[in-house]
Amino acid sequence: MLTLTNLDISYGKIQAVRRASLHVDAGEIVALIGANGAGKTTLLTAISGLLRPSAGTVSFDGQDITKAAPDKIVRLGLSHVPERRLVFKPLSVTDNLLLGSYTRRGRVPRAELDRDLESVYAMFPVLRERSGQPAGTLSGGEQQMLAIGRALMAGPKMLLLDEPGMGLAPTVCRDIFKRVTELRDERGLTVLLVEQNAKSALAVADRGYVLETGRVILQGQSSELLANRDVQRAYLGRDKSQEES
Amino acid sequence: MMWEPKYESMDRAQLAQLQLERLQSTLTRVARNVPYYRKTFGQLGIDPDDFRSLDDLARLPFTTKSVLRDAYPYGFFAVPLREVLRLHASSGTTGKATVVGYTAGDLKKWGALTARILTAGGVTREDVVQIAFNFGLFTGGFGFLQGAEALGAALVPASSGNTRRQVAIMQDFKTSVLVCTPSYALYLAQTMEEMDVNANALSLRHGLFGAECWSETARAQIEDRLKLTATDNYGISEVMGPGVAGECLEKNGLHLNEDHFLAEVIDPATGEPVPDGEVGELVITTLTKEAFPLIRFRTGDLTRILPGACPCGRTLKRMERVRGRVDDMLIIRGVNVFPSQIEAVLLDIEGTTPQWRVVLERERGLDKATVELEVAEKFVFDRIADQQKFLESARKRLASELGVGFEVRMTEPGALAPSEDGKTRRVLDKRGEA
Repeated sequence: MLTLTNLDISYGKIQAVRRASLHVDAGEIVALIGANGAGKTTLLTAISGLLRPSAGTVSFDGQDITKAAPDKIVRLGLSHVPERRLVFKPLSVTDNLLLGSYTRRGRVPRAELDRDLESVYAMFPVLRERSGQPAGTLSGGEQQMLAIGRALMAGPKMLLLDEPGMGLAPTVCRDIFKRVTELRDERGLTVLLVEQNAKSALAVADRGYVLETGRVILQGQSSELLANRDVQRAYLGRDKSQEES
Repeated sequence: MMWEPKYESMDRAQLAQLQLERLQSTLTRVARNVPYYRKTFGQLGIDPDDFRSLDDLARLPFTTKSVLRDAYPYGFFAVPLREVLRLHASSGTTGKATVVGYTAGDLKKWGALTARILTAGGVTREDVVQIAFNFGLFTGGFGFLQGAEALGAALVPASSGNTRRQVAIMQDFKTSVLVCTPSYALYLAQTMEEMDVNANALSLRHGLFGAECWSETARAQIEDRLKLTATDNYGISEVMGPGVAGECLEKNGLHLNEDHFLAEVIDPATGEPVPDGEVGELVITTLTKEAFPLIRFRTGDLTRILPGACPCGRTLKRMERVRGRVDDMLIIRGVNVFPSQIEAVLLDIEGTTPQWRVVLERERGLDKATVELEVAEKFVFDRIADQQKFLESARKRLASELGVGFEVRMTEPGALAPSEDGKTRRVLDKRGEA
């Protein structure tokens, strides 16, 4: 569904991503893991058209979107849930969600948007309870649900999720990851997930790519990566052989 | 039946993307972790980051057996030894052995790949699989063991040798699948005949044969004498062992596991890639190996990529059965001859056994080639004249089909039996001796 080939991304003279190639098949959850500064967020930002790669191609659902504008990419069905959620704090929960459907306004009947709003509320009942409250008054976990709900309002085929567990308590984090699996299993969404918390990400993902200093150095089934000692040492914070000695 | 249909019947464009992704990360890792590649890439000015297309492969240097031997034992490992779970070694038929390591991930993938080969050859979890490959440093035994386990079949690690006992196991355990070298399969058939065991009374259904060159004639003989369907498979210990390529039941060439191995065919003299369909040396780049990744490894095996799609539904390219080794090719009075061609002729002659070898000598500056062969016990010549007639007809057949004359001589039964690992030394070249 999404294919990146030889993507180079630079900030001025600093090359943040080098020759990255990866793909996500329809219905897959794929995790992109790596340390802080490895280039994960940069990569997502370029996929959604907010950054222009200096070389390489991005194709989505059979179309080349390398040079497409961000709103066109959203209309094609690719929605980005940014790092630190970035909800509009003074606006109500409902207004935040409706803003997510901005690119569909006038193109789809109002009744369809209402139905989507209803399905987001059904998925995250806490958002319905707080629908009139300003988004800034929500807890971190609730704001993350709101950010995901807002992305769903664009009617996507695929979600780009940037660090959904960041700054959340472990139980809240687990709940969010459970929701990610539901999105795929119940709504058939395809997900590219960026996470520093490699263990949680690989627990829900089918496959993963390991990014290090802007390069993909490893890839494989999640079970393979979890068993790989380089991954264990660098990203899972443990090394069995050293624990034993 | 496919073991991993997602990969075995993958759309070619998706496969190319997967290969590119895997190749790029393999290059990044070998450039970081394997001193030889770091040094060679540096000297040649190759930056793995510049590698953007599978076509760029041709710019990379070859890895030869001699380079691997120089790094004996662990110089080519891309991970620390404590991450290695298994060590195998090449048979060293052509020199010092090469040690190959496997991580936990490598072993798991190896099992899946040999399970693919077994499945393609008709094996299911209902089967009793007798592996008559040596279980040891040689990769054949353990490679297929993991595949059979992944598949859930019942495995009999009979190992090599003790042929009469192997036959007894086949009878008593109701072995339905035989895995060994083709020459050992023929030797088993011969032993069964000597023991008066009727192949029709056995439970054999399928046979997967590899680790040696063999011919269609040998396949027909094995199928007829052991009453099974015989498929060919290919592996090479430096690359992994069995699991690199294998025939499906169409028996029309070996499907290469291209999602794990990139195969090229090159002209062994110039090193240039040859077009698909032309014969040359097989070169393999590993795409997923962790402990012992190899870039453009020259296998020394001669084959070609076969054109066209396979009716089985696999999209993986097929290679023709290996014709011989680059270094096995015999040049006899200027004519190129492969041992596999000699075998094809011999097996077609009534009364011959799979036990034969060719001895090369130099007489007054000229090459002299002698084929020594055993004849079947039931095919005993009462009269010298019959024997002479038999040898003369063998001489004529060899000369007309291979374009060069051979002496043909009979040896005592048993003199040329396969060695302990089941491989038979086919060539004794004395031309270098004074």
